[in-house]
Amino acid sequence: MSGGGAVTLPLHAVAHGRAGDKGNRSNISLVAYRPEAFPHLVEQVTETRVLDLFRHKGATAVTRYELPNLHAFNFVIDNALEGGVNSSLSQDLHGKTLSFLLLGEIEVTLPLDCVPKGSRYL
Amino acid sequence: MSKTVFIGSGAGFAGDRRDAGIAVVETLRRRDGPRYLIFEVMGERTLAIAQRIKMRDPEKGYSPYLEPYLRGVLAACKQHGVRIVANLGNANPLGGAKRVHELAEELGVEGLRVAVVLGDDLLAFMSAGAVAELPTIEGVSIAGREIVAANAYLGARPVAAALALDVDIVLLGRTTDAALVLGPLIHEFGWAADDWDRLAAGTLAGHLLECGGQITGGYFCDPGFKDVPGMDNLGFPIGEIDAEGDIVITKAEETGGLVNAATVTEQLLYEVHDPAAYLTPDVSLDVTGVTLEEAGPNRIRVRGARGRPPPPTLKVTVSADGGWLAESEMIYAGPNALARARLAADIVRSRCRRNGVMEAMRVEIVGMGAVFDNDASERQRRDNRPLDGEYRLRAAIRTADKETATYVNDEVLSLFCSGPAGGGGYRCSATGQVNTASVLVPRGPVEAQARAEEVVP
Repeated sequence: MSGGGAVTLPLHAVAHGRAGDKGNRSNISLVAYRPEAFPHLVEQVTETRVLDLFRHKGATAVTRYELPNLHAFNFVIDNALEGGVNSSLSQDLHGKTLSFLLLGEIEVTLPLDCVPKGSRYL
Repeated sequence: MSKTVFIGSGAGFAGDRRDAGIAVVETLRRRDGPRYLIFEVMGERTLAIAQRIKMRDPEKGYSPYLEPYLRGVLAACKQHGVRIVANLGNANPLGGAKRVHELAEELGVEGLRVAVVLGDDLLAFMSAGAVAELPTIEGVSIAGREIVAANAYLGARPVAAALALDVDIVLLGRTTDAALVLGPLIHEFGWAADDWDRLAAGTLAGHLLECGGQITGGYFCDPGFKDVPGMDNLGFPIGEIDAEGDIVITKAEETGGLVNAATVTEQLLYEVHDPAAYLTPDVSLDVTGVTLEEAGPNRIRVRGARGRPPPPTLKVTVSADGGWLAESEMIYAGPNALARARLAADIVRSRCRRNGVMEAMRVEIVGMGAVFDNDASERQRRDNRPLDGEYRLRAAIRTADKETATYVNDEVLSLFCSGPAGGGGYRCSATGQVNTASVLVPRGPVEAQARAEEVVP
């Protein structure tokens, strides 16, 4: 590791993302602010961890697509939307807010220089 | 030097800002080359809702946003040769075209020519029974239910055919969103039906532009983390595309908003599943090799889209009646608010069950992380939050009949006099729902129906 020691922070400190829906399937992009963070996210933000985060909503499988050119991922989460617009009782039928569930509740440990300078988290 | 085509977006969904297109046209009119303005206003449920409106009034069924979006730009577009491509036709492109002509007359815009693309409505040439037997890939089971609408996603070729009629405006029903952009590019550059990489680039340009401000800082800003200037005057995007399929994404001049690699990346992956196979009727798009490069302030060059042949089937959205969704809310504030909201939730659950409500219900407390939770409120029961504060009780249920929907809303209402102390701010709604399924249809017979025609006043 490089850059002044490791820190453990929510994904929100080092990445951003956006959620979309198709039926009962959610897709959430995850984009590292700094390319240096990408390999750490590859290692730590696994399909299993993401599935565990969405299991209480009924999620059954997660596929992670990697886009190293863009230091980004696309997570496709099956059955994550409580039926989606057809049958969900949530306030958020499309699961638009769920990108922030991912960003807020998965923590990662990475070198300090993977965090954008001046971050509120530092 | 080969020409550049300029395509701006005036709306990314039905409900988008009414004036966003005005600044886009103001910028486009100063550009040299073919210029287009697109409006993308159709969601999965749009056609079912529009179809019901058309059943009540055969003149209607086009987008209720047709007039609000076009009124501010029609004269300027006609004057400066900016052509409009919009799926404002919804379930009735012909009715929409008639309304556009009326609007043009009212605004004193002379000689406006309008074309429509038709043929997406399966029920015009297939029986509902035959539609119900098509293989479902997603959504509810349609078998045995009354089908309200069934529309195939047409590709970009019929859009290009409509533009070849030399019209000022093309009104579409159901096509892919990307076809609003790929259609003009095929028309301008004559890209062949098997020119996969260029078709992929045009599809990517469409995907990037179709959601309007979502690529210029809208739905992106996270204050202190991803700051975006001037969001109250968000500039909508403009794509500059050349004959090789090189794309530059920028935005309307003298507006707020932001175009950078981060805004483009979020939109690039928006509602994409396998990034190597984004399926459309025109091409299967692979974005895994896409690179983004800064090409000036608020300018990002997008390269590297790859294309492969599309699937032999078209996607169809089939809609059926979906019963009722009832939602009702009551707020609790101040000392011990959480305890009072929790008691209210228990009362509503208990009374609904006791009185024979069998459907799945959700009774939750907004302020306790409800939106990240499930129907059983697992996280809300587990998490500790301050008892004092502001918490909002919310009950939701889906029912086949309106009576049950109204009854559940009334149970929340009754908390006013029979519930915990200090509840207020009751709100409720009971709305008719549409269920949808995605099915696949062989493309040949559907594409044989697709056609473009001019509509004269």
